[in-house]
Amino acid sequence: MTPTAGKPTQKNAGDPIIELRDVNKWYGDFHALRDVNLTVGRGEKVVVCGPSGSGKSTMIRCINRLEVHQEGRIFVDGMEMVPDVRKIEAIRRQIGMVFQSFNLFPHLTVIDNLTLGPVLVQEIPQDAAEAQAMEMLERVKIPEQAKKYPGQLSGGQQQRVAIARALMLKPKVMLFDEPTSALDPEMIAEVLDVMIELADEGMTMIVVTHEMGFARKVADLIVFMDDGEIVEAASPGPFFANPENDRTKLFLSQIL
Amino acid sequence: MLTLLAMWALFVTIPDFISWAFINAVWQTDDSKDCQVAAGACWAVITEKHRVMLFGTFPYDEHWRGVLAIAIIIILAVISGFKRFWSYRLFLVWLVATALVFLLLLGGVFGLKPIGTYQWGGLPLTLLLFVGTVVGGMPLAVLLALGRRSSLPAIKALCIGFIEIIRGVPLITVLFMASLMFPLFMPEGVTINKLLRAEIGMIMFFAAYAAEIVRGGLQAISLGQYEAAEAIGLSYWQKTNRIILPQALRIVLPALMSDVIRAFKNTTFVSIIGLFDVLGATATALEDLLWVRYALEAYIFIFILYFVFCFSMSKYSAHLERDLSEGRNL
Repeated sequence: MTPTAGKPTQKNAGDPIIELRDVNKWYGDFHALRDVNLTVGRGEKVVVCGPSGSGKSTMIRCINRLEVHQEGRIFVDGMEMVPDVRKIEAIRRQIGMVFQSFNLFPHLTVIDNLTLGPVLVQEIPQDAAEAQAMEMLERVKIPEQAKKYPGQLSGGQQQRVAIARALMLKPKVMLFDEPTSALDPEMIAEVLDVMIELADEGMTMIVVTHEMGFARKVADLIVFMDDGEIVEAASPGPFFANPENDRTKLFLSQIL
Repeated sequence: MLTLLAMWALFVTIPDFISWAFINAVWQTDDSKDCQVAAGACWAVITEKHRVMLFGTFPYDEHWRGVLAIAIIIILAVISGFKRFWSYRLFLVWLVATALVFLLLLGGVFGLKPIGTYQWGGLPLTLLLFVGTVVGGMPLAVLLALGRRSSLPAIKALCIGFIEIIRGVPLITVLFMASLMFPLFMPEGVTINKLLRAEIGMIMFFAAYAAEIVRGGLQAISLGQYEAAEAIGLSYWQKTNRIILPQALRIVLPALMSDVIRAFKNTTFVSIIGLFDVLGATATALEDLLWVRYALEAYIFIFILYFVFCFSMSKYSAHLERDLSEGRNL
């Protein structure tokens, strides 16, 4: 645990919506997360960066239990993550997730990808869900693709559909796991634009990314992870201007 | 050289076959003596015996029920071939249709004369056994495949045990077990109909093989699909029914079709335990001493019958394979 980890959140007005307390995770002998502490306030935008294998993805995947942590406690909107299917499903409904490889459902049209969650999980009638889906597609600027299948869309379009799908359940928090890493360079901007708009609307976001321009523009807090631990956490100004830790300095010199 | 040899073999046999099968053949007669004087095939055996071959010992006046049963199954099968009708509802339609065909043959309802299953036979029996095997076996196969991948050790062990034991023995053994041993384990006085027992045996056999094919499909679905479904809060069964199975089954459909075709051919085994499917019924028909000499002609007819069914299914499966590989995302 590093002393800087929880500090910057205290200056945010929003009360905590996500809390990780001394979270540890191992894959066999490999210590994937070491005493991770992180508090994210309502409306706060956190960018997580670090070298590959540093545990960034593992950390955010623990937040909606796509990975199971072995030690420590995780709270989402006041509910603790415990090994109980109902609790887990309840927590997952508060969280939208966007994956590196989009993971759209290839056998369903774009609009069906969007309506599936609300219809099955929230039991919203199909036509109401479709109206809501069209609104979401307007928001990510691809309403004209509604009847197509994911395979007919470009990577950037697919990722925007994935964002729209995650927003359908009106989540309180959005998790992004390297949302632009699988995209061709010319498509990255269209996805980041949607994310920036989402941030401007006040969505709580945790974003694992190497897009430092995005981090500078949007983040309230930048978390740098290495070797399974949070090495440094600061707001963008100090983080880029004078990083405290040598590992952070090295990482920044490599990617900037 | 080999080509020449093959051509020569055809050249020698084909004209003989044609003159036997067509030119010198007897097509129509009431009297088997007419066949004895002719040099060619005696197709009259089919016109004479087709009722017994196709319907076994089913009462003669009620054969229309068998015809209706065959028609229901074939029409529904053709409809099921169109992709636009594919849904879980189609399965329910099959379930209802199977029950309907069963009742139609059994009678005792809607003013139909009751006919015991021991009198059933021929093509309606073959088709009913076949459809029952697939309709009953498919959901069991899916459950076994899911169970084999379950994280619950007891369920997993049960499914692996079932699949491996059934796959480790021949179908005949399963049928004998079902028909002979099963009653021994039942309490005194409880008897399960022989047809039903055979059907259960065939369902178990089909399910064990199909389960392994379905499992292959499940393994082909990327982890991301499971995670995306979980991330939007779907429960296990919602995820399985709406995301995983539709994709997995589509991938393995051509492979499953070959199992379905095999299930059709496997219905012939029931004649061994004393049920008269179309092959068994034909054997019975040929017990008539006047016509027994023309078994070859009768069996050629049965051969063609099976070929038509299996070949159309296999052609359809090949078409499906092309269709599905072209538009993976459609």
